[in-house]
Amino acid sequence: MSYTTTAHHDAHEDHPSGIMRWLTTTNHKDIGTMYLIFALIMFMVGGSMIMLVRAELFQPGMQLVQPEFFNQLIGVHALIMIFMALMPAATGFANWMLPLQIGAPDMALPRLNNWGFWLLPPAAILLTLPYILALFGIGDGAIATGWTFYAPLSVQGGIGVDFAIFAVHLLGISSVMGSINVIVTIFNMRAPGMTLMKMPMFAWGWLITAFLLIATIPVLAGAVTMLLTDRHFGTHFFDAAGGGDPIMFQHLFWFFGHPEVYILLLPVWGFMPQILQTFARKPMYGYKVQVYSLWAIGALSVVVWAHHFFTVGMPVPALLYFMYSTMAISIPLAVLFYCWIATIWRGSMSFETPMLFAVGWIILFGIGGLTGLVLADVAADAQYHHTYFVVAHFHYTLFAGGIMGIMAGVYYWLPKMTGHMYNEKLGKLHFWLTAISFNLTFIPQFFLGLAGMPRRIPDYALQFSEFNMISSIAAFVLGAAQLLFVYNIISCARGGKKATDQVWEGAQGLEWTLPSPPPYHSFTEQPVVK
Amino acid sequence: MATQSQGHYFVPNPSLYPFILSAGLLVMAAGFIFSVNESVPGHSAGSWMMLGGLGVILAMIFLWLGKVIAESQGGHYKTWEDKSFRWGMMAFIASEVAFFAAFFGALFYMRVISVPELAGFDPEFTPYKDFLGAWPSAGPGGVVLGTEYTTAQFTPMGAWGIPAINTLILLTSGATVTWAHWGLLKNKRSQLVMGLFLTVVLGLLFIALQAYEYHHAYNELGLTLQAGAYGSTFFMLTGFHGFHVTLGTIMLIVILLRSMKGHFSPEHHFGFEGVAWYWHFVDVVWLGLFVFVYWL
Repeated sequence: MSYTTTAHHDAHEDHPSGIMRWLTTTNHKDIGTMYLIFALIMFMVGGSMIMLVRAELFQPGMQLVQPEFFNQLIGVHALIMIFMALMPAATGFANWMLPLQIGAPDMALPRLNNWGFWLLPPAAILLTLPYILALFGIGDGAIATGWTFYAPLSVQGGIGVDFAIFAVHLLGISSVMGSINVIVTIFNMRAPGMTLMKMPMFAWGWLITAFLLIATIPVLAGAVTMLLTDRHFGTHFFDAAGGGDPIMFQHLFWFFGHPEVYILLLPVWGFMPQILQTFARKPMYGYKVQVYSLWAIGALSVVVWAHHFFTVGMPVPALLYFMYSTMAISIPLAVLFYCWIATIWRGSMSFETPMLFAVGWIILFGIGGLTGLVLADVAADAQYHHTYFVVAHFHYTLFAGGIMGIMAGVYYWLPKMTGHMYNEKLGKLHFWLTAISFNLTFIPQFFLGLAGMPRRIPDYALQFSEFNMISSIAAFVLGAAQLLFVYNIISCARGGKKATDQVWEGAQGLEWTLPSPPPYHSFTEQPVVK
Repeated sequence: MATQSQGHYFVPNPSLYPFILSAGLLVMAAGFIFSVNESVPGHSAGSWMMLGGLGVILAMIFLWLGKVIAESQGGHYKTWEDKSFRWGMMAFIASEVAFFAAFFGALFYMRVISVPELAGFDPEFTPYKDFLGAWPSAGPGGVVLGTEYTTAQFTPMGAWGIPAINTLILLTSGATVTWAHWGLLKNKRSQLVMGLFLTVVLGLLFIALQAYEYHHAYNELGLTLQAGAYGSTFFMLTGFHGFHVTLGTIMLIVILLRSMKGHFSPEHHFGFEGVAWYWHFVDVVWLGLFVFVYWL
């Protein structure tokens, strides 16, 4: 592919200054920056919560927190990490990079874009406000049901459940608005000549993500609305005495919840091949087959939800259906893995920080995928369900597969966004500390789960002590290592070696044809793609 | 598809509306939570907070959409921007479909799975010996979270009274809005205004009949929101639909007023079409309701 770009850029930046710039902005780069900063802040908040959890689990017995508070910590940790760290980070990249990659002047609906972001801080306030209210004797703290809101526990729960319901509503509106924007931008704002099958893979990943969000987030909104009316207005959706069923909540929740896993991962699967090809200095392998695989995974993801509750009591044909359909996802996913490995196969690779994260990501996310295959087996799942095996599995997919992927993206694009190179030594140190301590945190949890330690319980039997202690110590290192990440980002934003336009020797794509940092308004004249 | 350069894309100026709108949503949500939790101090202030938040939201929607109309009249939206709005509206309606799908899903699940299952337990062990599981059902009754729930006695809503009339009303309104669209395309302004006026009247008639139906259900049929599986799904589905019809009617009134002021041209009228699509969408949802909630 080749591009012709007109070197005309608006020199003036017509925006209010100070705080008003950020409250009112309609600029995709400003909004993307806000999303990314918000995600980083919430990542640290959610991470601090889990540090407290690991401190409690350092030894058997109750040391630091009350069980009720423990329950609040794990649920809010999950909600923050999923909805306020991973999703906004992916949306931040979409805002920053989609218009640059497809040669668009901005996102298609800029004011809506601003609203999409500004719904997030109110959601964060709603979710965490009950902690503060509890200090003043109002209510009994945040939601304590875990992030899944399972009825009937959530029907009985305190005021924290109501706050979480409305936090989810705001997050849902934000996601739907963001998705509408992505879909419209991709369909309507591509540069002349950029056909769909010439789009960067990141655009494909996000397009399918946006479709999944549009299809499933409203179902979650419906489910929590039913929960709200069951709690306060006397409906009987989740109550057998009225003809309802608590298990129906699980169906509704996971109809959203399983696609949500791919909503978190697809954007990463989009930009990761771009990082791999950059540092392998050869074109990505199997572009078309990757696109088809992304579609196949997106489509399959909405028909496999009940594997999250195999043990709840379902007819055997249903169990078999959900088992086989879940396992079928591993086929397109294996195709993707093959393509990623084939992309770097015999490449002239160099291992800058983004590439370290990318290669580490392939391996660790691979472990996440394989342990998922184990859990998809109905017979085996009866043993592993609701144990630490599950916890370790989904942290391999969502921390390694999600967050570490996002970190690769951050190091990859940070020089483009800020115009400065980050500290490479510090970046590499961050990677090694993260990768090693992550494994030391979660490998013991696989063994704990296999031995039968249940999740979501603040105390445990004595035989689990050693592995828990190892896991906690490693988790503290993992948490501390992220301070390096924050420091590196801040110092990169403030200064450092100037980045070139191309930044990376092997970088391909329209975003690298612009200066680093790009001007406030880019591609007001669309480039032509040949 | 963007195959050739389309000139300059309109990026709106910085705006404070989205931020204030979000703040209004935060206040309304918090107010709502306080107002429904009686044990909480500040409970009495909740409703006022909620109203305040709602006022901010309405004001912001009014100002925001007013700005959009002004931009449209100012000639800022050309073919390229117009396409964005079309894609955006389609995606938004798709998300609305998914929202209703959740409630239809709950209806089917209860009717096909949970209610028959409650009636199908081993007679030796079941606590619901006399429960037959026939639809419509308000459930077998029993203790709900510590309080006794006695199965509500109710008469289900018949399909061939008001609901059938309402179906006719909505189908007719779909025709009148299309007739108005033809008027707009042929630049016959009186046909446009007349068609929209008829659509608004039919919409208001639908809402009035629906309100009467609710009154009838509560006062004569014993059918309430608390009446188990049937009551919950009946009122949540028809309630959310009625809410959407109300929104649609307000939107129709806005474009009626705009048409009377001379807005829209035969080539350029996304505002009209967006509302018409939305109106057809609530129409289709109603057909689903009529078949699955009222009739079968």
